[in-house]
Amino acid sequence: MVMGDLVREVDVAVVGGGPGGYSAAFRCAELGLETVVVDLDKRLGGACLFEGCIPSKALLHVAAVLSEAERAKEFGVDFGEPRISLDPLRKWKSERVIGKLARGLAGVAKGKNVEVIGGRATFEDARSVRITGDEPQKIRFKHVILATGSAPASLPGIDLKTERLMDSTAALDVPEIPGRLLVIGGGYIGLELGQVYAALGSAVTVVEMLDSLLAGADADLVQHLARRCQRMFKAIRLSTRVSALRDTGGGIEARFGEGEAETFDRVLVAVGRTPRTQGLGLEATRARVTERGFIQVDERGRTSDPHVWAVGDVTGEPMLAHRAMRQGKVVAEAIAGRPAAFDNVVVPAVVFTDPEVAWCGLTESQAAREGRAVKIARFQWAASGRAATLGRSDGLTKLVVDPDTGRVLGVGIVGPGAGELIAEGALAVETALLADDVALTIHTHPTLSETLMEAAETLLR
Amino acid sequence: MARSFVLPDLGEGLTEAEIRQVLVREGDVVREDAPLLEVETDKATVEIPSPMAGRIEKIHVQPGQTVKVGQVLVEFGDAGDGKSTGGKQAADTLDPTRKLAPEPTTVVAEGRARQVPTTAAPVARGGPAPAARSGPVPATPSTRRLARELGVDLTAVPGSGPGGRVTDDDVRAAAGGGATRGAPATAQPAPAGRVAARPSAPEPPAVAKPLARVGVEPPALPKFEQWGPIERQPLSHLRRTIAERMTLSATLVPHVTHFDRADITDLDALIRRNLEAAKGRGVTLTLTAFLLKAAALALLEHPTFNASLDPAAGELILKRYVHLGVAVAMERGLIVPVMRDVDKKPIIEIARELGALAPRVREGKATLDDLRGGTFTVTNIGALGGTGAIPIINYPEVAILGVARGREEAVVRGGQIVPRLLLPLSLTFDHRVADGADGARFATAIVQRLEQPDSLLLGL
Repeated sequence: MVMGDLVREVDVAVVGGGPGGYSAAFRCAELGLETVVVDLDKRLGGACLFEGCIPSKALLHVAAVLSEAERAKEFGVDFGEPRISLDPLRKWKSERVIGKLARGLAGVAKGKNVEVIGGRATFEDARSVRITGDEPQKIRFKHVILATGSAPASLPGIDLKTERLMDSTAALDVPEIPGRLLVIGGGYIGLELGQVYAALGSAVTVVEMLDSLLAGADADLVQHLARRCQRMFKAIRLSTRVSALRDTGGGIEARFGEGEAETFDRVLVAVGRTPRTQGLGLEATRARVTERGFIQVDERGRTSDPHVWAVGDVTGEPMLAHRAMRQGKVVAEAIAGRPAAFDNVVVPAVVFTDPEVAWCGLTESQAAREGRAVKIARFQWAASGRAATLGRSDGLTKLVVDPDTGRVLGVGIVGPGAGELIAEGALAVETALLADDVALTIHTHPTLSETLMEAAETLLR
Repeated sequence: MARSFVLPDLGEGLTEAEIRQVLVREGDVVREDAPLLEVETDKATVEIPSPMAGRIEKIHVQPGQTVKVGQVLVEFGDAGDGKSTGGKQAADTLDPTRKLAPEPTTVVAEGRARQVPTTAAPVARGGPAPAARSGPVPATPSTRRLARELGVDLTAVPGSGPGGRVTDDDVRAAAGGGATRGAPATAQPAPAGRVAARPSAPEPPAVAKPLARVGVEPPALPKFEQWGPIERQPLSHLRRTIAERMTLSATLVPHVTHFDRADITDLDALIRRNLEAAKGRGVTLTLTAFLLKAAALALLEHPTFNASLDPAAGELILKRYVHLGVAVAMERGLIVPVMRDVDKKPIIEIARELGALAPRVREGKATLDDLRGGTFTVTNIGALGGTGAIPIINYPEVAILGVARGREEAVVRGGQIVPRLLLPLSLTFDHRVADGADGARFATAIVQRLEQPDSLLLGL
């Protein structure tokens, strides 16, 4: 150790200030553990707040306002052509939305006496990390929680240095509204950002390697979204690989498979995210990392090193903030000696496109793959009064139900507001409710939440 | 193909153990019989050897965790050398019924694995194994948390709720609480031949109804650190079991205590006269043997105290056998071995069994049968001094007899002050089952027998 080194002794050091990290840190502090957070940017919020969930939802809200204004012409209301000014848009997003939430988190940390240290943490041994950066020091801990998150994956085999090639982080800054945008990847990030840019005025082409958008979600849910995307986007190319990208000076030329090439003003790569474990010096601990780079943890979030814990994206799929937050609380309680475990049955997934797609628990396609007998209760929103008043009948609510017990095993919803509606589905599956329980509970009329009740009623004994 | 290795039957009716150490790491390749884990039962630390050669794919347990027989400990992957020694374990899940150590070479076979001597029988957790479930156990998150807090393996708990949902009650029942309603399958229909506790008082026929349940959540503790340094010590398995069972009894059962004193001058003389003769037969004659006999005979006369209340059915279960628990204090905690059919045994036999039982328990050699099936408990704290104590009932029994040290005292007999040896007794009983007058009558029945040892010898 270097002379004059500052050594800090704490109960718990959290590496990474994202949702998993700050949830763990706050809970640790509540349980009486002295806790510090080490964050590269010396701030709480992580990818979720600064380059993920929150900014994308802010932009999607803008997109929704634009498309609602457009649709209002159907009701005889014409706002005229929208004029979009990027500077005020970016300022609203970064100051009124992100800045406000970031200040809120910082305030909570202060209130709970959780110090945030700026810098990069590297293990010296299994009980201490060295912090390099603005606040160099060494931290000795009783426990460390790794919450280093994930970063946008890059396109394998393509090495292009131009700002026309964007990852999701860059795209969320909205550097411009490109005339022609290619989105590589038809997953939730690609579709959400594709819709944002399409609403802002870009001609968007989405290219997806697999044979459907939003692989993993049930086809009948995706169908409604796909129909809308076909109207919003210039083109959707399924089962297609981008074989080459070339900087032409005035744009990027993309070659699709062996076939034709097309030139775009910008390209957004949205092919997933990879865990951030590089450079942590995990070799100094007994923690293990899988081939895909995920840190292996048990149901309490502990690695094979008893002092090293991990939460969030760095521990595997699904890489979702709400999963990380629950994991963070579990780990904090486990460190405090409570019998906590991440035993959650469902981690609900939401795609915040228009229409939104959300599901939780067992999906119909998963049941089919596993050869598991299930009953499906479907309710098409065409029969929903509320959907009709919104002018949006392009929705579907379905329950996946155990035929023997009548238990709700999964819920899938597509339609405006599906992201909010899925909460009831998650509660039903997590608490092992019967479809009859959902059917016999009074739901407010007229709301979209009735669709859950209506679907369940189709199975009512 | 991955194979799960579950906590094997450790023998002698053991149902769970606490992980002390994990001796391997994920990714390690182990040979057959290499030590995998060290587990602690109540009095023994046992190494669990690997049932096969292979690579440790995943370790599912960590030190400090309580695991039950049948719970997955580790998973073996396809080792590079994954030959699992001659197809000995061909199934995907290694046979949990396989006894760990049939060979005398392993640690367990040396007899270090012991029973779980708790104050009550730790058996029949969760009742019959539920039908195979697919997917996660249906239970609310708070129920799952309760299961973790009570150390219950949810996958082994049958659900009594709608759609097979496991409820808080199911979990508590599986934890051995027994305080709450059983699954509907075990609830008994009202039987015709109900035995009235007091036939002399004719009552209208009772209707069986469940009683209200009891549940108290302990409030959060203050942060003691604010007043000075503290140290946290985890409870031992035995301590935890005692704590849970005593809390249950004290919370659930309205306790009443009746005090009395027995003049055992004559009994003491009888014991002293026969001490040598008994010793000649290898038996140490003790007061406890006579106490047990007196209690057993009194219980025959007062069957209400030889019973258990079934709150779910609203019935009193009268037991037509008299098995008495005898509290034995050990350094690590209290254990209550049970002596069978005390009413039918001559005192010399009771004394002989007692002489064998207590040391067996202290050495941790008691079998599960030694520890369960009691109908009433006697706790003799006389050896440790004191003038009396109010013990907690060993639930689900109805009563417990506490005995303090006998002392010579001045007693007035026929106008004369004479020295007599008096034995303080306390009878603590369940007020739901019996009232003060019943307790007094039952206590008197014990006292009379102790004061007239002839009746004990004659079995009257």
